[in-house]
Amino acid sequence: MNLHVGLTDFLIVSAILFSLGIYGVVTRKNAIMVLMGIELILNSANLNFVAFTRFGLMNLTGQVVAVFVIILAAAEAAVLLAIVLNIHQQLNTVNVDEVDKLKN
Amino acid sequence: MNWYDIIFYAFAVITVVSAVGVVFSRNILYAAFSLLFTFFGIAALYVLLTADFIAVTQILLYVGGILVLIIFGVMLTSRAFNVEVKRGFLKRIPAVFVTAALAGTLIGVLTTTRWPSVNFLPYEETARPIGVLLMTQFVLPFELASILLLVALVGAVIIARREKEKRA
Repeated sequence: MNLHVGLTDFLIVSAILFSLGIYGVVTRKNAIMVLMGIELILNSANLNFVAFTRFGLMNLTGQVVAVFVIILAAAEAAVLLAIVLNIHQQLNTVNVDEVDKLKN
Repeated sequence: MNWYDIIFYAFAVITVVSAVGVVFSRNILYAAFSLLFTFFGIAALYVLLTADFIAVTQILLYVGGILVLIIFGVMLTSRAFNVEVKRGFLKRIPAVFVTAALAGTLIGVLTTTRWPSVNFLPYEETARPIGVLLMTQFVLPFELASILLLVALVGAVIIARREKEKRA
C-alpha cells in the first residue's frame, strides 16, 4: 500500500493547532477562552506523541505519555475552572486583564 | 490518492477549521462548540494513527469531561448567549505576526527535516500493551498521576466553595 500521507502531514496539523492555541492564549481576554487555547496546545502535543509512536520513531511510550498528558489536562481544567468561578464570585469578572487586584 | 489520504485530509481540515473557529469566534459558546469538533477531529486522527485506546480516551475525557466543564464554566460565569466579548481581544496585530512566524518556523522545520526510518507499521492493538506499560515501566508516574488527580480535585472543590461558606 503506497501512502502519501506521512509523519510530516500529521506534524503540520499539530503545528497549526499549536500556533492557533498560542494565538488564543495570547489574545483572548476571557479566562475560559484562554483555557480553550491551552487545551488546543495540549492536544497538538498529544498528536505529536501519537504520530511519532505510529511511524516507528518511538515505541508505545509515546501513547503512554499521551495518556498522562490527558490526565494532566483534566486536572488542570478542573483547577482552572474552580479558580475562574472564585474570581467571578469575588470580582465579578472573568477577563484576565481586569483581574489586577494585586496591583493596587 | 487512496482512501486513507482522503479521510486524513477531510479530518485534518475539520480539525483545523474548527480550531480556527475556537480562536476567532466572538461568541464564547460558539467557541466551545467548535472545540467539540476539534476534539472529535483529533480523535479521528488518532484512529488513523491506529491509536485506538488514545482515541477512545480522547472522546471520553475531552468531550465527555473537559468540554462539559468548560461549558459549565461558560454558563456559570457569563450570561450564556449574547456574551459580551465584542472587544474581547488583546493586541491582535502583534499576536498575528508572532503566531504566523511561529507557525512558519515550525512548518518549515518539519518539512525540511528528514525523519529517520519513517515506516508504516502494521496495526496491532494498543490497549493491552499500554496497560502493561502503565503497570511496569511507568508505575511511578501512574501513581503520581493518581495522587495529582486527587489533590487537584479536592483543591478544586475547596477553591470553588470557599466564598459560599463565608457568606453562610
